[in-house]
Order: sequence, then structure tokens, then C-alpha cells
Amino acid sequence: MTWRKESLREALGKTLLDLGGRIPSMVVVNADLVNSVKSIYFRKAYPERTVEVGIAEQNMIGVAAGLANMGFIPVALTFARFASKRAADQISMCVDYSRHNVKIIGAYAGIFTGRQGVSQQTLEDTATMRAMPNMTVIDTADVVEVRAVLEYAMRHEGPVYVRVGRDEWPVVFDDSYRFELGKGQWVRHGGDVVILNSGLLLPYAIEAAEMLQQEGVDAGVINMPSVKPLDAALVRDVARDVGAIVTTENHSILGGFGGAVAEVLVESFPVPMERIGIRDEYSESAPNDDLAEKHRLTAPHIAAAARRVLQRKRDAWPGRVWRGVGPATA
Amino acid sequence: MMDANSPSRRMARPADSRDLTRLCHLAELVRWDIVETLGVVGSGHPGPSLSIVEILVTLYFSELRIDPARPKWPARDRFILSKGHGALGYYAVLAQRGLFPREELETFESLGSRLQGHPDCQLTPGVELSTGSLGQGLSVAVGVAIGARMLGKDIRAYCLLGDGETEEGNVWEAAMSAAKFRLDNLVAIVDWNGLQGGVTLEVMPSLEPYGAKWEAFGWHVLDIPGHDIAALLGAYARARTVEGKPTVIVARTVKGKGVSFMENQADWHAKKLEGAELAQALGEVKARLDALEAVRP
Repeated sequence: MTWRKESLREALGKTLLDLGGRIPSMVVVNADLVNSVKSIYFRKAYPERTVEVGIAEQNMIGVAAGLANMGFIPVALTFARFASKRAADQISMCVDYSRHNVKIIGAYAGIFTGRQGVSQQTLEDTATMRAMPNMTVIDTADVVEVRAVLEYAMRHEGPVYVRVGRDEWPVVFDDSYRFELGKGQWVRHGGDVVILNSGLLLPYAIEAAEMLQQEGVDAGVINMPSVKPLDAALVRDVARDVGAIVTTENHSILGGFGGAVAEVLVESFPVPMERIGIRDEYSESAPNDDLAEKHRLTAPHIAAAARRVLQRKRDAWPGRVWRGVGPATA
Repeated sequence: MMDANSPSRRMARPADSRDLTRLCHLAELVRWDIVETLGVVGSGHPGPSLSIVEILVTLYFSELRIDPARPKWPARDRFILSKGHGALGYYAVLAQRGLFPREELETFESLGSRLQGHPDCQLTPGVELSTGSLGQGLSVAVGVAIGARMLGKDIRAYCLLGDGETEEGNVWEAAMSAAKFRLDNLVAIVDWNGLQGGVTLEVMPSLEPYGAKWEAFGWHVLDIPGHDIAALLGAYARARTVEGKPTVIVARTVKGKGVSFMENQADWHAKKLEGAELAQALGEVKARLDALEAVRP
């Protein structure tokens, strides 16, 4: 498939600028990197509502918490690695446990960070953030979702962590897209196997479903930006009605979106499932396409995982007729 | 006549001897509550709570503009206890100031209590930040001070740190930014009791030359005896006149202050107080209270 692409970080920067014009209590707290994460636009337009702490992420989070204590809605942003891990305890204590209304943006989340290698990539931020009791965790798949999620995050009362990518990336959604916290959305209906996606692998998931369609496999795709709260009801419905699940995420397969789905399944209706993501290993410096292939994140690998879970489903329940989830039922 | 604790007041007149006596008396009342609670509950941090009594009493009964009836009053000054292990001393002062009933102190560290072993801002009225994981409070105070300036409000931020706590790198990130933002509405107070956990500071990475460090980071430094109420009031007043930079008050204190056998004893950082020792501790505080009550106007 050929996709139209738009820059994720440009969307981040432009959305912050747009929100700043509409929300007078919005403040952006930077820890350097304003040109990388594009908060430079906000800073130029609203210098009086910009706080630059320098390369000091722990201080960035604390300062943001103090601003929230004063009634502002601070956005603290830097690369996801530094935001989520360098300052993990500050987020836990000053933001999450203290319930300060801070929005944390992990930019450059995942592995697609412009050939910069492991130190600028982030594999564990969803795992870290979703284990915090008061935290809302949202991953984004394209520029449309970035805009909608950031807009939502500013309205949400309480701590939010948003993952955003860096590069030119396929635009999947159009203006009809609406974000709803805790809800997954069918991107493509299908009743033999369903791919649950959170974040940037969405175009690969859609391509995989189309490959499967050509083989006569009815594969659905659900996009679930809201990792926490997760749409557990939808996950259970898919498990009961379809019985075969693949998860896709731009994150380690340990503790992230796939882990969250697996937790719901084992406590409700366990069915064959596979996780597509980074397989408990570090990545490296390379163009995005090469990394996607190396880590087996692309459509052929997702399709192969779908065939495996479908076969396991048929082996486990031979002859069973599944309700399925087709266009008519959804 | 203006209520000495009126939230609208920003202290103009210097403290007189009646104020000092009153604050000394309040400090001993707070010490009594700390020691009694330690005895009832059987746990807590005696040393780190007793060393900050005068600092907290002077802040809460003279310096901070707050309204106990409205703990979330938007225009209040913000105080952050960054050294969260001083929680019991903090609670005793908050209770004395009317944020919650003194009787509640006996629930300290018990299941379901609003008074956690380290401060929880979601539970305890008047607490701005959950602390106890050290080194984080000053950054939040910096955010408060920046926010006050953005709002154009006369709101001041105060943060109490432990001396050992300032070994944390986050403190110096915060210190650097406070000076850069020229936050003259921010006051850091360091409880310099010279002991840390179970050991003296000498075995730790060197914090000396201490005042010079803060000065090099762009702060106005005041070095005072930390149990001297007049000196504390004077330092707060001086800090309010400093322009263009934040102030740090290095308060030289005694860990375990006010209970003779705890003073400067590192092993009383978190030791259980009971039996004859409890009785002696209460007796010592009681004697001072009686003496103060005799001279009260």
C-alpha cells in the first residue's frame, strides 16, 4: 500500500501551538530539545508561558508539578526515554501519587527515531507509566490521532502520559476521527482473527489484514490508543466472538500494550494470542524501514502471527463455530 | 486588632518578646505531641522530627500566609516538606495550627489514617506535595514560585530540606533553575543537623563548603542557629527583602532536639521510643512547658 505521510513531531509542535492559543492556563516545560520535539513553535508564540529548565528532566517534572499546584495545566515534554525513565520517580511522587494535573509527552517513543540508536529510543515507557496507579497512558498512531489525543489530554483532569513518534509517518485517519478514552475503534472488521494495535504499527496491521484477506482469512483491525484505561470489554468481546488475537506495538512486548491485553485475556477468556513488538532486545541505528524489518514488525510478520494464532484456535476448538465480528455486527 | 494569623497579613512589624514567648511555647507543645505520638504509635522518626520543630512553628505561626479553614485557598503561600521523614513533626504543627484535630495524631502510620508515615497531599489537609523520596521538593517549589510570578501574585514558596537530602542531584538541578529564574519569592531551608540516617555526614560525599555551594549556584545564603526563634523570624524577614535571587537558610539544628538522650544521637533517626525513655522524654518537655507557662503574659 502507498500511504500519504506527515511528520509526527511537526504535528506535536503545531498542536501544542494551537492548544496554547485556546487554553490560557497551558504552560510548556522544556528540558532542552525544543527543536527536536518542536515545542519551539509554542515557545516563540508564548514565551511568557514557556519554562526552560535545561537538560534536567527530574527538575522538569517537579517544576511542572509546582505549576499544576498553582492551577496551570503544564505540558512537560522531551524524548520518551528521558521523560519516562530519567524522571520516573519524580513522575511517581510529584505527579502521579500527588495527583498533579501534569501532561507528560514522551516524544520519539519506540524505535523510529531517525537512526540515532538505542540511547534515543524507548522500549519500556508504556510498561513503566501504566504501572502507576493514577496515570492515563495513550499511544498515538498518526498525526490525526496525535492532534486528537493532545486535545483530549488537556481537557482530562489528572496525570496523562502520551507517546508520540518522530518521523514522517502514514496518515491512516481522516477528519472524522474521534478519540475516546478507554475505547478501542474498529479500523477494519473481521471475524477469523483480530489485530489489536496501539501506536505506530497501525499501517502495518492494516496491510497485514489485507494480505490475509487475499488468502481468504477474515482479519479485523482494532486501534486502541488508550492503553490505560484499556478497553477491556472490547478485548473480552473479541476473545469470545473471534478467539484469535495479535497485538502490535512500537514498544517492548514485555509490559506494554500486548501485556495489558494479555492480562485481560488470562483473567477472562484466554484465547490464542501473539504479541508483535520489540522482543526483549535493544534495537540499533538504522533507517526506520530496516528497523521495522529487523524486529519483524511489518505486515508479513503480523500476517504470519495471525495465521499461527488462527491455527492454534482451530486446534484448541476444532469444529467450533465462532460468532465472529463482521461489519453487520459491529 | 488584626489576628496574628490572619491570611491577609504579610508581617510588617518585628516580633516582640511576647511573640517569641508564644512561639517558644508552641514549639514545646508541638514537641510534646511528637513525643507522645511516638510513644503511642511505637514508630516514626524521632530525630528528624524534633530538629525541625522551631523551623516549622515559626513558618506556620508567623511567616506563611495560609488559612487553616481553607487549605486550598488559591492565594496561599506554599510550604513543601521535601524531607518527608520529618512527617510527624510536620503533622504536629499542622494540627496545632488547626488543619486537623490534634487527636488524630494517634492514628499516625495506622491503617486507614490520613497521616501516612511520609506526607500524602491527597490525604492530609494543608500538605501540598507527597514526599519522602528525597530530593524532589525543591523543584516543585520552583514551579510554584514561577507560577506565582506568571499569575502576578504575591505568593511565596518555602521548601524544607534535610542536609543529607542535598546529596541528591535533583536538588542542584532545582537550585540552578531557581537562580536562573531569579525567584526571590522562593526560600529553601536546610535542616543542617549534621547527621544522616544512622551516621554522621562526614562519611558521605562532601557537601562542604556548603553555603559557598549555594552561593555559587546563585542563591542568597543565610546561616543561622536553627532552634533560635528570633533568628528564624529574622531570616524569613531578610529573605523577603532580597531581590532577584532565591534565599537559602542553612539552619544549624540538633537532631533529636529537646530530648537530652536523643540529641545528636544518630541511632535515634528512626528508633522506637518506649518505657522509661518515653517517660523521661515527656518529663523533659513537660518541665520546659511548665517553665514557659509560668512566664506567659
